Amino acid sequence: MSQPHRTPGFLRTYVFSDDHKTIGIQFLFTSLFMMLFGGLLAMLIRWQLGWPGHPLPWMEQIAPNGMPGGIMVPEYYNMLFTMHGSVMIFFAVIPALVGVFGNYLIPLKIGAGDMAFPKLNMISYWLVPPAIAIVCAGFFLEGGAAQAGWTSYAPLSTIMGPGQVCWIVGVIVLGSSSIMGAVNYITTIINLRATGMSWFRLPLSVWALFITAVMTLLATPVLAAALILLLMDTTLHTSFFLPAGLIIDGVLQPNSGGQVLLWQHIFWFYSHPAVYIMILPAMGIVSEILPVFARKPLFGYRSMVYAIMAIAMLGFIVWAHHMFASGMNPTLGTSFMASTIVIAVPSAIKTFNWLGTLWRGSIRLTTPMLHALAFVSMFVIGGLTGIFLASTPVDLYVHDTYFVVGHLHYVLFGGSLFGIFAGITFWFPKMFGRMMHEAMGKAHAVLTLIFFNGVMFPMFMLGIHGMPRRIYDYHQYAHLADVEALNRMMSVSAFCLGLTQLLFIANFFWSLFKGRAAGANPWQATTLEWATSSPPPHGNFATPPTVYHGPYEYSVPGASKDFLPQHEPAPSVPAH
Amino acid sequence: MRGLIKVAAAAAAALTAPGEAWAFGRSRIWLPEGVSTIAPAVDHLFYLILWITGVAFVLVQVTLVWFLIRYRHRKGVPAGYTHGNNAAEIVWTIVPTIILVFIALRSQTVWSQMRGTPPPHDLEVEITAEQFAWNIRYAGPDGTLNTADDVTNINQLHLPAQKTVLIHLKSKDVIHSFFVPAFRFKQDAVPGVTGRLWINAVKPANLEIVCAELCGLGHYRMRGFLIVEPSAAFDAWMAAQITPPPAPTGQPS
Repeated sequence: MSQPHRTPGFLRTYVFSDDHKTIGIQFLFTSLFMMLFGGLLAMLIRWQLGWPGHPLPWMEQIAPNGMPGGIMVPEYYNMLFTMHGSVMIFFAVIPALVGVFGNYLIPLKIGAGDMAFPKLNMISYWLVPPAIAIVCAGFFLEGGAAQAGWTSYAPLSTIMGPGQVCWIVGVIVLGSSSIMGAVNYITTIINLRATGMSWFRLPLSVWALFITAVMTLLATPVLAAALILLLMDTTLHTSFFLPAGLIIDGVLQPNSGGQVLLWQHIFWFYSHPAVYIMILPAMGIVSEILPVFARKPLFGYRSMVYAIMAIAMLGFIVWAHHMFASGMNPTLGTSFMASTIVIAVPSAIKTFNWLGTLWRGSIRLTTPMLHALAFVSMFVIGGLTGIFLASTPVDLYVHDTYFVVGHLHYVLFGGSLFGIFAGITFWFPKMFGRMMHEAMGKAHAVLTLIFFNGVMFPMFMLGIHGMPRRIYDYHQYAHLADVEALNRMMSVSAFCLGLTQLLFIANFFWSLFKGRAAGANPWQATTLEWATSSPPPHGNFATPPTVYHGPYEYSVPGASKDFLPQHEPAPSVPAH
Repeated sequence: MRGLIKVAAAAAAALTAPGEAWAFGRSRIWLPEGVSTIAPAVDHLFYLILWITGVAFVLVQVTLVWFLIRYRHRKGVPAGYTHGNNAAEIVWTIVPTIILVFIALRSQTVWSQMRGTPPPHDLEVEITAEQFAWNIRYAGPDGTLNTADDVTNINQLHLPAQKTVLIHLKSKDVIHSFFVPAFRFKQDAVPGVTGRLWINAVKPANLEIVCAELCGLGHYRMRGFLIVEPSAAFDAWMAAQITPPPAPTGQPS
């Protein structure tokens, strides 16, 4: 477990470290940087949607081919939304939720000294920067970065040029990193739990990360396989996804025998579980934070665990609900509607249990709590709008419109990103030993919530109005003649949303150096990571902790203080 | 500092909300008028789900805010201690399940109407999508598609009102998607596969065909025109295509 005391050099301590905490923090800086980059891409998208064809002269310096004279060309627009989606999903949200919190929290929360495979862990991080570099290298190649959407549907993705090849290779590399991480998390959680840490004493965030890791391990190899087939179709002229008789640019292609829809089936077989990979850890984080600041046990702990399991299992049999409009057999549409409808039930259970946790609590509106509450509130919108998409006939109308864009942002920004902010602001004191600035944190949380809704809510209206997504210039369509004013307001909101994030950056770096000292347990929380110093030493715990009860023993009647840490035996009341 | 946050929040809300309400009100952004026989059923389903999710939305958000106010931290008032309530959990598992099954059953009825066995058709059209145009093909006088006397057209789909039209949907190159908002329908044009869909437009209208699947740099301008005209007008148009007028007008034939 903990290694004999030694003083490793700078490189071993901060760069090629195999300490799970350092790796978690490396993931944190990487994913926050990529989030900033993905956000800037979104700002450019919003510029084009708010002021179609208006020049941004200074952009010519940055993208002479994409924005000649500062005016965006359609290829560049396609590149922006493709890279925005890819960067946010693969390099921001997944590394933040799984990489940061998985690495940082799992050993601390289960009372272990480190991961089961620290070296594998280090490799799993060090595959991420090359993956990012490969995907983003496309920007510097002829034809630019990938522009076939983050879903890279064949045959479009097979005829795109070197940027697309970079995208495929980079995502394969990132997938390898995810698989290594998943193996490590699963092994660690199964084998390295502290004495007394039974499965049903695990904090919800560990449960969520465990099940996420299982999903990652089952789904990501499928994506890797699909990407390798796509790579072969693109570069070696195979025909996995390309049928006979394709005529591209007037030239008959030599392919034969491929199935176009096969790509979508395999891609979504990974990517729908990936949606849950991006939301389950956030749900775990929120389930962790609500009890702390309501000073109350989590409502329905076991049903929360079973709901995560149900979501994970059902998550594997709903993929073709992305394909209702693809022309596949309508009977398949029926069965996938049924499974999709069923998956709404565990999501509803979780929401009600969160409300149940608040009920009769003693609620403190700290920054992490504001983000967690924003998550609950916004996830409800994401979930409910999913019901429109699950209903096959309604989906045929709103599919591939802004309704879907709104829905996915309510899940991935309203859900995942608020979960990430909640997690960072909650565990920042543990990670860096200093408190974040509360007022700046609260202002950031509230403004983010307001401007987020300002950008994303009108998307539902646009979708209902029939505005398709991924459209460079909606002025082409007469039925979209009226949407410019609304789009402009959304863009203003988006820019304000972007500026608001400067508050977070300022708070983050200010607190890193000037924040007040946190102490071991600033939130008076019960789980094991708060039993050690902030930041924890190499090896985490001076003596391996013993666990006496469940993770959310707050306001236990008769106890002298309103929280009972997992590693402290109950004074008089029987352990729950 | 608290005051500052409140001022900032109020300013932000004041900035965006009325602006959006104004923009929204000015542009009447909502469902376009439905023109196909299936549109009323789809709209009905849409409003049904909107009502159900709307009520759920309001209930959850109001409860959330109410709890935040009612159970805010107050000195000397401890939090309750409970790990859950089986009865409540069973209720909030079963009630959503029943509602969701109801939505699924209602959806399935409309789905089988839209995508089940098509009704007998009065006219067949073949639409072949390519980057970035819609190629339209009608059977000529011999009544058979893909023969020498076919009537072809680009980006201009004429359809007779109140007739069932069977569309064979193809693509030459990449995936496109045939989307007519007023019909409440879209279907992807998938290379290598011929899709079948049927449409019955209830009244004459000038509509647009939208490409709803990203198909390359010209995706945004892959627009077609859809002219639904009274049956007699459609027949006259078709006759004119079959026997071009004496003086050629340069119309695509």
